[in-house]
Amino acid sequence: MTDSKYFTTNKKAEIFELKAELNNEKKEKRKEAVKKVIAVITVGKDVSSVFPDIVNCMQTDNLKLKKLVYLYLMNYAKSQPDMAIIAVNSFVKDCEDPNLLIRALAVRTMGCIWVDKITEYLSEPLLKCLEDEDPYVRKTAAVCVAKLHDINAQMVEDQGFLDSLWGLIADSNPMVVANAVAALSEISESHPNSNLLNLNTQNINKLRTALNKGQIFMLDCLSNYNPKNDRKAQSICERVTPQLSHANSAVVLSAVKVLMKFLELLSKDSDYYNMLLKKLAPPLVTLMSGESEVQYASLRNINLIVQKRPEILKQEIKVFFVKYNDPIYIKLEKLDIRIHLASQANIAQVLAELKEYATEVNVDFVRKAVWATGRCAIKVEQSAEHCVSTLLDLIKTKVNYVVQEVIVVRDIFRKYSNKYESIIATLCENLDLLDEPDARSAMIWILLESFLEGFHDENTQVQLTLLTELVQQMLNLATQDSDNPDLGERGYTYWALLSADPVKAKEVVVSEKPLISQETELIEPTALEELICHIGSLASVYHKPSNAFVEGSHGIHRKHLPIHHGSTDAGDSPVGTTTATNLEQPQVIPPQGDLLGSLLNLDLSLPVNVPQVSSMQMGAVDLLGGGLDSLVGQSFIPSSVPATFAPSPTPAVVRSGLNDLFALSTGIGMAPGGYVAPKAVWLPSVKAKGLEISGTFTHRQGHIYMEMNFTNKALQHRMDFGIHTPLAIHTPLMPNQSIDVSLPLNTLGPVMKMEPLNNLQVAVKNNIDVFYFSCLSPLNVLFVEDGKMEHQVFLATWKNIPNENELQFQIKECHLNADAVSSELQNNVYTIAKRNVEGQDILYQSLKLTNGIWILAELRMQPGNPNYTLSRKCRAPEVSQYIYQVHNSILKN
Amino acid sequence: MIGGLFIYNHKGEVLISRVYRDDIGSRQAADSAVFSSSGPFPGERLGGSMRRNAVDAFRVNVIHARQQVRSPVTNIARTSFFHVKRSNIWLAAVTKQNVNAAMVFEFLYKMCDVMAAYFGKISEENIKNNFVLIYELLDEILDFGYPQNSETGALKTFITQQGIKSQTKEEQSQITSQVTGQIGWRREGIKYRRNELFLDVLESVNLLMSPQGQVLSAHVSGRVVMKSYLSGMPECKFGMNDKIVIEKQGKGTADETSKSGKQSIAIDDCTFHQCVRLSKFDSERSISFIPPDGEFELMRYRTTKDIILPFRVIPLVREVGRTKLEVKVVIKSNFKPSLLAQKIEVRIPTPLNTSGVQVICMKGKAKYKASENAIVWKIKRMAGMKESQISAEIELLPTNDKKKWARPPISMNFEVPFAPSGLKVRYLKVFEPKLNYSDHDVIKWVRYIGRSGIYETRC
Repeated sequence: MTDSKYFTTNKKAEIFELKAELNNEKKEKRKEAVKKVIAVITVGKDVSSVFPDIVNCMQTDNLKLKKLVYLYLMNYAKSQPDMAIIAVNSFVKDCEDPNLLIRALAVRTMGCIWVDKITEYLSEPLLKCLEDEDPYVRKTAAVCVAKLHDINAQMVEDQGFLDSLWGLIADSNPMVVANAVAALSEISESHPNSNLLNLNTQNINKLRTALNKGQIFMLDCLSNYNPKNDRKAQSICERVTPQLSHANSAVVLSAVKVLMKFLELLSKDSDYYNMLLKKLAPPLVTLMSGESEVQYASLRNINLIVQKRPEILKQEIKVFFVKYNDPIYIKLEKLDIRIHLASQANIAQVLAELKEYATEVNVDFVRKAVWATGRCAIKVEQSAEHCVSTLLDLIKTKVNYVVQEVIVVRDIFRKYSNKYESIIATLCENLDLLDEPDARSAMIWILLESFLEGFHDENTQVQLTLLTELVQQMLNLATQDSDNPDLGERGYTYWALLSADPVKAKEVVVSEKPLISQETELIEPTALEELICHIGSLASVYHKPSNAFVEGSHGIHRKHLPIHHGSTDAGDSPVGTTTATNLEQPQVIPPQGDLLGSLLNLDLSLPVNVPQVSSMQMGAVDLLGGGLDSLVGQSFIPSSVPATFAPSPTPAVVRSGLNDLFALSTGIGMAPGGYVAPKAVWLPSVKAKGLEISGTFTHRQGHIYMEMNFTNKALQHRMDFGIHTPLAIHTPLMPNQSIDVSLPLNTLGPVMKMEPLNNLQVAVKNNIDVFYFSCLSPLNVLFVEDGKMEHQVFLATWKNIPNENELQFQIKECHLNADAVSSELQNNVYTIAKRNVEGQDILYQSLKLTNGIWILAELRMQPGNPNYTLSRKCRAPEVSQYIYQVHNSILKN
Repeated sequence: MIGGLFIYNHKGEVLISRVYRDDIGSRQAADSAVFSSSGPFPGERLGGSMRRNAVDAFRVNVIHARQQVRSPVTNIARTSFFHVKRSNIWLAAVTKQNVNAAMVFEFLYKMCDVMAAYFGKISEENIKNNFVLIYELLDEILDFGYPQNSETGALKTFITQQGIKSQTKEEQSQITSQVTGQIGWRREGIKYRRNELFLDVLESVNLLMSPQGQVLSAHVSGRVVMKSYLSGMPECKFGMNDKIVIEKQGKGTADETSKSGKQSIAIDDCTFHQCVRLSKFDSERSISFIPPDGEFELMRYRTTKDIILPFRVIPLVREVGRTKLEVKVVIKSNFKPSLLAQKIEVRIPTPLNTSGVQVICMKGKAKYKASENAIVWKIKRMAGMKESQISAEIELLPTNDKKKWARPPISMNFEVPFAPSGLKVRYLKVFEPKLNYSDHDVIKWVRYIGRSGIYETRC
């Protein structure tokens, strides 16, 4: 059976022939025809016109034929969505086929057909397949969820596919788990606003258990987790280290990534830290015995690692010996790493090698070797002498491109002035060889510099002649004889400077020389940190952040190395006890510095006051659920109730931290100025056996308070309301008596996303029952005082937020002028600027929420028109809606 | 993840193209494809055009590039191409995302292995002949760009060149449990009348030596390959003279330490087949596993200390005037006299402007190969502690090329029947609790082969 014949028959009339063959009665003939079609597609010809005929072939029990037909569908469904619909039926049918291979095949293919209409039909069979009895089908279905998300993200979220995926992570089958993790991490990456992949402890444990299978995706996923303390980091490291012995280099690199990242969290003098450093070296060296492509990828990563932590590989410089038959890209990379690793201890060895390399054939490599020699002279001061003599030897070879590279000599001169003048003579001899502009300019620099050093020794006449000649001739040449405008202009500038103000001229021309960089092509530290987080990935191969080569980069949040918190094991105190307490208190309230991080469920450890991109994107907006959770603390109320306004009757359980939270001001001294919504009835008396609660929210002195009014509306007098709260309410509450209570809230707890966002669930317990109610809190109580943005920052941020995040609202029937509006909005909404454009008043305002989300607003007002246009931009567009409501109610008040 | 996979021949013609993700190929092309489907020109641009761009970009920028390939990863218009080359065939994986680079390469290697296992050499002819099979394989080992199980053994159970036979339900679930299973590498119910296993310790010794005989770098990269024909689900435990293990054990009996201490070797690093329990190795340094059936690579390791270098090459190059070179090379074998090295080959490079060569050698055959710019000296067998010599006179054409001859190193190939790292297999115990055969009933074979890797001496 030689299938290659299909590649050769490319006659013009073939489409018609194909059509005929596809409709042939004999199965074998049809199969041959489909094969031919696939071959034609591969060659790059268009055969979309046989679509209907192919679909006819779909109804077959021949698996091989079916696969081919599906392959065709994947190719052409997108361009012919209408036709593709015909195929849907048979897909759905195949999803229930008794043969599991066919089931899996159908699910797999359906996801690959990028047609919107099909996805509607896909959902049901997919859900079924996610729970299929066979792991093979399940693992295929898991990936299919990711495919579906690619086409229709909304549907995936709405129909509970994500839950199913999380379920699969606990699957008994490793392949299923791996695919589920892969799918989940892909979905979360493309969807920065969702916190669906919130790596909480529970999920991390799931991943850790699954890790035994040594899967790359799991390691990659794990590396996104930021453990809270070094103890946790260590326990993850312990699980990851065995993977360093995996045969697959990708697994090894991913493990290295996790370890490199968590090393940051470990304290530097612990034994474990040092042991880990030692453990990292051998696997990295082993990567060098792979095939050249993997070697290249590894070398690029090692280059990063060496820059970040040179101590890991400092003993291993021998490994980076360049081999004669290494491909050029490996040679260059090895050379680079060698320079990074060069130190006083090994410099002799390095130089000997470099000299050897300089006699190689490949021009690029030789040049780099020469250049590297010069670099060594600068990097390792003790070796400068040796390096220079090596360079001299090289120059004497008179090979053109070797001599060109003596540019580096310039830097040596600059670093060690007056030391190696002897080399100049040799350089001069080879002046003719220099034909590259860089090399020539370096040469001129060297010559002049050395010449001028001897300036004082010459006699006056020589000095004068020199000076005049140099200045006049040069300026004349530059300004008159040159066609290059740059050159001419620079000449004129000097001329003018000299004639006008010689002192200034001196300042300009004789400025400080820039510093010589010690190292070669060092990557800037923050970039390096980000790249370390991407070890193993393309970003680390290119040495560029991923948004430099990935489209739609707004979806990718930047990664940062975690920062070691010294706070968890404070210096001298025995580590054992401190970490033990940490373990006992999993819900410990994070320190202030962590506020933002913990709010967002991601321990980003960024400086809080900087509105970083990452925090904005992750602003999975859960302003409230979170806050109140911590109020609950150890409350006995089941955790399904996110917030309760009734700590347990045994106050002893309430921890000291919480006591502070409840520090209470019973009076309702309303803060002047800040807008407060009128009280609304939250819990009607009918529902709560006579207790009515009405309330509102306020923001005073940086705290959020919940103002509540409890009223006993029960008709019968014998009903007392003993309200056991730490609020010290005078109990019992007499009928028809009411009492005002103010409860401070905070926003430090774990986050849960509510719908709508500003929904707050409250539980109240009295001696009769526990009542639950929910109320909407206006967002304005969450505005914080430091919400004022600088002008420039405002402008930059406004531009930075993509336009799709801008929302426009109309505020109707409002009769205030611009000044009145800005004063009206004075509760933590800051007016940055006011402009008047074409008769319209435009106000620019900024405000900040407790969790660090910035909202920028532009308010347009036309005098005489009571309708204002409010457009706002925010990285978390979900919030905007609620902010609008706030604006609306404040302004109308 | 991987967005697509293409296979090209040396001319840059596409032999296989499989697209997994919509994103590769420019958006404009996609738009125009949609447009033209309703427009008056159906044909050329339809469907295929999206991936066409990516396909062409690689051909133009990499395959047809004038310069040498500068990197196995190329970024063209925000699309990354990973490629590996096997003889004349280019395999390229394409992606638009920030993927795990090492994983992609590992996948490409695996892909080559799988193809080779199915139809032998990877050549244009073979690929064209098996293109349907390749598409089938690609469907199976990559899903949405995520690598799936690519163990050849498992794949072969349900993808065959002959087409699938109708299977019973039990057979099917057996297949899938193997493809996805806990022990993906072995199926239940294997039976052999004779339980037998073969262990091959295959080492390649690498050396770079200066002309003065100073070792610049040397290491051994070794593999332990196991062929197992064992019934049931045997639990195996492998032991070797690893320094760490022996020192640990030796603590109890002092005299044994001193005896075995000499023979133990320091392993720099090792990696294992997926069947080995890594956590156990990490904690106890014991190698235990349930082996796949048939041949597999149990472990790879690397050592750098106390390597036995089987041969020493002593070069002597003298330039006699501008048109003549005298070369003398002595090789010395450095191992037990009772052992025999085989397939010895010494390759002495000659300058490009060589016009004629006269060689005299005491042993073996030597020939000047003008096409390879080298004198190739072959010796069939050589015992340990022997010495042999070759001398050659090389005549040169006078040139005015200023560039000096780069003097590539003298390289050597050989095969010796011992492990240059000093590794010894101490035991391989087999336990099969369910079936009644014991460790003693298993017939075990061990063989050591040391080969030259890159074994070079500068001259």
